[in-house]
Amino acid sequence: MADEVKKRPKIIPKQIPMPEQDPIERGKNFNEVALGFTEEQALAEAQRCLGCLKPPCVRGCPVEVPIKDFIILMQEKDFIGAANKIKEKSMLPAVCGRVCPQEDQCEKVCVVGKKFDPVSIGRLERFVADYERQSGTKSKVEMASSTGKKVAIVGSGPSGVTAAGDLAKMGHNVTIFEALHKPGGVLIYGIPEFRLPKSIVASEIDGLKDMGVEIKTNAVIGKLYTVDELMDDFDAVFIGTGAGLPVFMGIEGENLNGVYSANEFLTRTNLMKAYDFPEFDTPIKIGGRVVVIGGGNVAMDSVRTALRLGAKEASIVYRRSHEELPARAEEVHHAKEEGIKFEMLTGPIKIIDNGEGWVKAIECMRMELVEPDDSGRRRPIPIEGSEFQIDCDIVIMAIGTNANPLVPQSTSDLELNKRGYILASEETGATSRPGIFAGGDIVTGSATVILAMGAGRKAANAIHKYLVGEEDEELSGNGDNPVS
Amino acid sequence: MAKILEKRKVRPDVYFFRLSTPEIAKKAKAGQFIILILHEHGERIPISLADINPEDGSVSIMFMTVGKTSTEMATFEVGDEIADVVGPLGNPSHVKNFGKVVLVGGGFGVAPLYPIAKALKAAGNEIVTVMGARNADLLLYEEEMAATSDKVLVTTDDGSKGIKGVVTLALEDELKAGVDLVLAVGAAIMMKFVAKTTEPYNVKTIVSLNPIMVDGTGMCGACRVSIGGETKFGCTDGPEFDGHLVDWDLLMSRQRMYLKEEKEAMERYSCNCVPIS
Ligand SMILES: Cc1cc2nc3c(=O)[nH]c(=O)nc-3n(C[C@H](O)[C@H](O)[C@H](O)COP(=O)(O)OP(=O)(O)OC[C@H]3O[C@@H](n4cnc5c(N)ncnc54)[C@H](O)[C@@H]3O)c2cc1C
Ligand code: FES
Repeated sequence: MADEVKKRPKIIPKQIPMPEQDPIERGKNFNEVALGFTEEQALAEAQRCLGCLKPPCVRGCPVEVPIKDFIILMQEKDFIGAANKIKEKSMLPAVCGRVCPQEDQCEKVCVVGKKFDPVSIGRLERFVADYERQSGTKSKVEMASSTGKKVAIVGSGPSGVTAAGDLAKMGHNVTIFEALHKPGGVLIYGIPEFRLPKSIVASEIDGLKDMGVEIKTNAVIGKLYTVDELMDDFDAVFIGTGAGLPVFMGIEGENLNGVYSANEFLTRTNLMKAYDFPEFDTPIKIGGRVVVIGGGNVAMDSVRTALRLGAKEASIVYRRSHEELPARAEEVHHAKEEGIKFEMLTGPIKIIDNGEGWVKAIECMRMELVEPDDSGRRRPIPIEGSEFQIDCDIVIMAIGTNANPLVPQSTSDLELNKRGYILASEETGATSRPGIFAGGDIVTGSATVILAMGAGRKAANAIHKYLVGEEDEELSGNGDNPVS
Repeated sequence: MAKILEKRKVRPDVYFFRLSTPEIAKKAKAGQFIILILHEHGERIPISLADINPEDGSVSIMFMTVGKTSTEMATFEVGDEIADVVGPLGNPSHVKNFGKVVLVGGGFGVAPLYPIAKALKAAGNEIVTVMGARNADLLLYEEEMAATSDKVLVTTDDGSKGIKGVVTLALEDELKAGVDLVLAVGAAIMMKFVAKTTEPYNVKTIVSLNPIMVDGTGMCGACRVSIGGETKFGCTDGPEFDGHLVDWDLLMSRQRMYLKEEKEAMERYSCNCVPIS
């Protein structure tokens, strides 16, 4: 190990556990599952950090949050200082501390983790962000003087919000156009309250407004204005519209009443607050038995939401095995604790009608795994003659999303890949059109909050260069270095 | 926010609102719709445009008080604001000179025909409007439709005005005389019968579908409809589709998905035991 390890008292081998709501109790409410560290717990966990000379964790983070530096500030009890340190690189620390897959990023490469549990970096990040918010101290943001340039941001998910914040700091006049009536993207309509309280998202968005960013909600680009029209009024446009088009399986019975896309189910619950119907006007159906198809974070969020809405039984049906579940390990663990059932190696083949247009059952086949496919995961194939039915009232399809064509198709000369995602440079977000940049899920397909933020940040830097004239060749166009 | 500029009670259960929405008014085209949310606790409801007025920056809607949201909306007065209005959504009607076009509307469903009639008329079509209602008192928008049509045929179930019978009766007569395009807007059951009527005549029949929606931008799939055996999204692929290809039973079944909840919300609202924010 090249990293020098400072001499310090013995490291506690295990992570300090973070308090959580009781699994049975929390299955009946929408309050946050994880309760966050107390100050003592946070300090004790921060002490586990070695302060490596060349901290690998920072390189493990897609936006290179100065992890070591902020934890050292924590060790000195300077929590506000720590929060400001994180904000140098990340716009949304309270969000990332909660939803980032740290186990695959910073914590995966933590030096302490080679021998013991890695430092719980995510939980520490969450602690300082919450500490700062609750203390009411607003870290002052250094704003450059106005450049007089106008930038339009399409979409207010993590990519758009990050690009907007960075560009505002650089002195540009920024307007966000958001299709929904509330800003935040997936953070507000998709990820449930019990994992990410909406008040936290709102307060991070308020930070943007304080920086002078204008947010126009109810503005569907491609309908109210096209990107081409935005280019007439603005000096540059960033497209961060996400991958919001739900995918269905194309099996029989999929349009029956009681079949939802995860997007619809989660939007009704989170954005429209259907869990509080009739106090809120949006209804949602919940039956005795709910089956969720899929194995990712979206599937876990849907099944745990169904449980909280009052399902008597809520199950995951996934065609591969436990090992291949793409969801974060922590979410799977939480789901199991709450009593979610897992039907592994099971693939749906049709949804059965109760004779009145409603779901009665789902017919499935058992699967077995054979040699890996392109994704590197073992490929499931159905076992002949293994058909069986699972009785259920609600089926939720959480098998992925595609690019929403509204913006790509209404923008002239914007190059797309064959799946309809926008072709943009990984380094700069530059698209085939000079002045139009893109990033986040609309470029990469469904990914993560932190990657979308990273893309927003890179694009903001490139847009700044484009606007103030230090334009290099790649920025001026034709997406020389596109990713698909 | 959209301020209500004008409110008219056009029938005991039907209201007309003109809303101040300058940006939408500039963009909206015949056949499109908006989604509105009354207030913080409101649901997102899609409504067809009954008029578009870019000059004064307004769009108009007509709605019937059927459930909690529409009943509550009817209590809004001129000067009040609707919290959120999104639009224009959906694809505009295909407008060109088809020749002779028959527009069919039932009940308050004639309202969205008005901007479509205007646009088709301006494109040089001969417009025949067939509008029906149970009785003469329930007929709406007659003057407006008369102003944009070459001929208006009224039908009433009880014969209190015009032809006694349903819209398809009057439509059939026109079909016999020769028609280039039929376009129907209104209740699913009416559109279904219009499509059934035109089918033997092989006349292209466009219908404007009204499935349940949430976002209206292609993000949720609540609005799934089946067209020629293929699943489409009502909001982004529609709202207009080929009437001969629509799976009407599916549409009507899906429209009833929340009947129980709608009833519950309505009962709670009308018992007035809770203040509505
Ligand atoms: C249920 C769920 C759970 C998830 N859990 C996690 C997790 O735990 N950890 C993690 O890292 N990632 C998670 N993800 C993935 C993560 O949320 C996304 O990768 C990330 O939000 C992408 O950010 P984005 O900025 O590209 O787009 P989005 O967050 O999708 O935001 C796009 C925004 O653009 C708006 N928009 C779209 N079209 C238009 C238009 N035409 N005009 C104007 N506005 C438009 C949308 O309304 C939306 O607000 C989850 C995703 C989902 C759906
Ligand atoms: S209403 Fe959500 S996709 Fe059409």
